[in-house]
Amino acid sequence: MQITVTVNGAERTLDVEPRTLLVHMIREDLALTGTHIGCDSTSCGACTVLYDGVPVKSCTLFGVQADGREITTVEGLLTAAGLDPMQAAFKEHHGLQCGYCTPGMMLVGKVLIETNDHPSDDEVRQAIGGNLCRCTGYMNIVKAIQAAAAERRQPAAAEAAS
Amino acid sequence: MLPARFEYHRPSTLEEALALLAEHGDDAKVLAGGQSLIPMMKLRFAAPAHLIDINRIEGLDAIEETDGELHIGALVRHNQLAGSPLINEKYPLIAAAAPQIADPLVRNLGTIGGSLTHCDPSGDLGSVMLAANARVVLRSNAGEREVAMTDFIVSTFQSSIEPTELLTQIHVTSPTGSYGGTYLKLERKIGDYATVATATRLIVEGGTIATAGIALTSVGLTNIKATAAEDSLIGKAPSEEAFAEAGRLAAEASSPVTDVRGSEAYKRHMVEVYVRRGLTRAAEIAGAA
Repeated sequence: MQITVTVNGAERTLDVEPRTLLVHMIREDLALTGTHIGCDSTSCGACTVLYDGVPVKSCTLFGVQADGREITTVEGLLTAAGLDPMQAAFKEHHGLQCGYCTPGMMLVGKVLIETNDHPSDDEVRQAIGGNLCRCTGYMNIVKAIQAAAAERRQPAAAEAAS
Repeated sequence: MLPARFEYHRPSTLEEALALLAEHGDDAKVLAGGQSLIPMMKLRFAAPAHLIDINRIEGLDAIEETDGELHIGALVRHNQLAGSPLINEKYPLIAAAAPQIADPLVRNLGTIGGSLTHCDPSGDLGSVMLAANARVVLRSNAGEREVAMTDFIVSTFQSSIEPTELLTQIHVTSPTGSYGGTYLKLERKIGDYATVATATRLIVEGGTIATAGIALTSVGLTNIKATAAEDSLIGKAPSEEAFAEAGRLAAEASSPVTDVRGSEAYKRHMVEVYVRRGLTRAAEIAGAA
């Protein structure tokens, strides 16, 4: 089936078999391997992408469902100006160790701080409740997301403090 | 894991969807949020020849009150339910349950219609709607019927929907006067199935309980409506003793099994505790504690 999907801002037309999961379409047909496959059973969130701006598990959606929709993957965070503030915060605050869950964590974090620029520990932990990390104990992930939120609130102050 | 091959249909109107169901019936599955169906297809527990994607049909995702009834469209996502001002203001049981379903990412896609039709005994909304005495609207080319939740749930993963029918709406009678409700869920972590969960709801009139709703999750072959426990409360004033007795009767109505989440005895005990606590909370919300 031929579909057209906007991926990280660029319109792409491709032919996919209906049973192809979105995550396979992204990794194999679109060659964007920043989106990971973890549990393949809707538990871990390593495959998180933004589907019309909403974080979803791309292992539990068919590629054909994305026809006419917008998909943002972790590759879409990078801009011409460099790292997205969320990526910069994960780097600065050691929000990753092995990095496997990181694309999903950053995408969920990005959506969270769009509507809540001062999330509490509990709010961050609730938001990332669908994303598993097996390295960090979550401490630095929470810190990184809160730092990106602080940057969003007061870009200058965050810069002066760092 | 790759599901078996299927033919993909994406109707843009309800009429088209019903025509497809009339044509393919038994060989078709309806794709809504897909958060249970797609995992089942990946494991090949489900291998429909036709998949009918209803996500592009407009008008199936409204939450509104009409003529003393709450109408929830089948395509309402769990996060939409959790964020609805109407639900948060007037339907405390539903408001308490919605943010506890699965995890935040699953809630972005999972729908109420899909969840109810799936009839998973660990599903949260099945208990919520049993406690709320909800009705589901089933539509086919031949017409429409309204079925009480108690008749809709038949067995594990089995509802009374016909292969040619689509669940389009859920109806709940709007409460009046003093009312309260809550959903208590014991789970090991976000996203896990409930070890035990209880839906409890009360309407209090003139100091006595006029309506009681109690239903149980993950402690039997289906979501269980604890009718003896509900009946025991009617006409009584809300009290610790009355709620404790309802808890005992609800525990008797449960039939949990020992598994990795806990022993049979532990789960039965937690039904008693949670029903008692849930009713107490419902009475507090109703201002009748």
